Amino acid sequence: MFAYTIKRLLTLIPTLLAASVLVFLFVHLIPGDPASILLGDTATPEEVAALTKELGLDKPLIVQYFYWLIQVVQGDFGRSLFFGAPVLSVIANGAQTSILLALMTMVWIVIFGIPIGVLSASYQGRWVDQLTSGGAMLFASVPTFWLGLYLILIFAVWLGWLPSSGFPAIDGVGALGHLRYLLLPSLTLAAPNAALIIRLVRASMLDVSREDHVRTARAKGLHPSRVAIKHIFRNALIAVAAAFGFTFAALVSEAVVTETVFSLPGIGQLVVQSILRRDYPVIQGVILVIVVLYAVVNLLVDLAYARLDPRVSLQ
Amino acid sequence: MPLLEVDNLEIAIAMRGQLLPVVRGISFSVDEGETLGIVGESGCGKSLTSLAIMGLLDGTPVRITGGDIRFEGQDLRQLNRRERRAIMGSRMAMIFQEPMTSLNPVYRIGDQIVENLRQHQKISQKAARARAIELLELVRIPEPQQRVDSYPHQMSGGQRQRVMIAMALSCDPKLLIADEPTTALDVTVQKEVLDLMADLQERMGTAIVLISHDLGVIAETCDKVAVMYRGKIAEAAPTDDLFARLAHPYTRGLLNSIPVVDRDVEWLEAIPGRVPGIDEDIEGCAFHPRCPRAQDICRRNEPKQHRIGNEHTSHCHFAEEAAP
Repeated sequence: MFAYTIKRLLTLIPTLLAASVLVFLFVHLIPGDPASILLGDTATPEEVAALTKELGLDKPLIVQYFYWLIQVVQGDFGRSLFFGAPVLSVIANGAQTSILLALMTMVWIVIFGIPIGVLSASYQGRWVDQLTSGGAMLFASVPTFWLGLYLILIFAVWLGWLPSSGFPAIDGVGALGHLRYLLLPSLTLAAPNAALIIRLVRASMLDVSREDHVRTARAKGLHPSRVAIKHIFRNALIAVAAAFGFTFAALVSEAVVTETVFSLPGIGQLVVQSILRRDYPVIQGVILVIVVLYAVVNLLVDLAYARLDPRVSLQ
Repeated sequence: MPLLEVDNLEIAIAMRGQLLPVVRGISFSVDEGETLGIVGESGCGKSLTSLAIMGLLDGTPVRITGGDIRFEGQDLRQLNRRERRAIMGSRMAMIFQEPMTSLNPVYRIGDQIVENLRQHQKISQKAARARAIELLELVRIPEPQQRVDSYPHQMSGGQRQRVMIAMALSCDPKLLIADEPTTALDVTVQKEVLDLMADLQERMGTAIVLISHDLGVIAETCDKVAVMYRGKIAEAAPTDDLFARLAHPYTRGLLNSIPVVDRDVEWLEAIPGRVPGIDEDIEGCAFHPRCPRAQDICRRNEPKQHRIGNEHTSHCHFAEEAAP
């Protein structure tokens, strides 16, 4: 297990390097030269030339990349053109909300997705299965922004139970109470993903239940619920764990929409606004952070995979 | 009283709203400590018969449509599911054809044996583990103290089948059902596993129902044989009697299609034709389209049971003549 973890950590390095090259080139892919874009339309040629020299843009691309990479590794992502503050602190502000939102969403996905999926598979073809499968199909196909708006309409406007939007700083009083601001956004984000997990748990449990070792388990005279949980579900979990990596990727892009609908000051909104403001250093920084997060989440998924399936770590 | 008595058992498979018969009324019995071999081509209903006896047809489209299965005097079809589960894995156990896939890949083999033990006996985790090691030793797994913590993928097919046998024998069953236990194994390993089963049977007094398509395997291990064709027993006899006096052309066909190492043959004799599909209707004797000596009567009338010897029966119009 330890050797596998080390091996898997090492494979992270080339992935991150490749991502860093793409992110670095991102600024150079924008039409025109970066310095004049950074300075905007009103800049004089002298100012552009000065900035070009300051940023090292007159040096060969490969040299520029290594300068940039060294800075990034030290945590220096440059300064935001809009806020004037270091990019990393701008991202950190938004990350607080986004991480809470992501965690809460994951909790819903696990709470709803797995038990309902197990139930659905256990009652295959009967009304419980038809109800849950139908519900899952519905939520998997509903667009997040539409669901978000309807949840606001029902729970914030009509019933008045929950706030419709916004998120106060977490250091304020009753920080836990602030989580209610995230209730609707996290449910919105969780719905399509939990629906996918329900479908996946159901499908892989039905797959596993046809395997020979399940027949062996039944031949032991075990109670059907024990066969379902200990033998079928435990094996089905291997496929489900792999899906959590993809779910995270889906969350990142859906969070952009959800945070906009609920006016949450998270990373998703930061990306949208930074694009509108042409705040390239922030965009670069956010993409890099998301890439690193994604790589780490998938590393965790792979480690979970190795724990769930004894055949993995030895190969 | 025999340990297991199957009486006029009928099994059908539900397909497209119809019940298609697969096993068409078979009867046999097994005494304590005895070995019965059931032999036949794939599709003859031998595996479904074994699953029906074990009680593993739940959740499949296959069901028992008639007849009785009595085990230790109890009618198994009258038991509820809980009573049935109490027998499975304890007084009646089963091993399967596919040792590579019959063990759960995510649990250590020791834990899988322990699970069976603790399902049926009041025994501590520690004692169960010690018993699992004993059982592994019994089935001749080398270094059982270490191997008890192995995962199935760390073992060979032969070793996995030994683990299956250890698991099946863990609660001292009266009856072991073995569905093609050596078919998926190399010939040398096959012999070892069969020897092991025979040895353990002698020591523990377990009765065995051995399902196989291989008359050679049956000849070596069984006290008596039932030859199945298309859901019926074509010929049944004590093993010695059967080979002394083949009384059904199908049995003869099966025997002739076994390769013999020390005889130089150009062609291996095969039974012509194929096993008819389950949805096909055949008038007369089910074997007549493939039988080399079929007469008019075979196409018209279904043969009744003919008694050749004391315990030797055959469903052939020419049972007496077929014998040499």
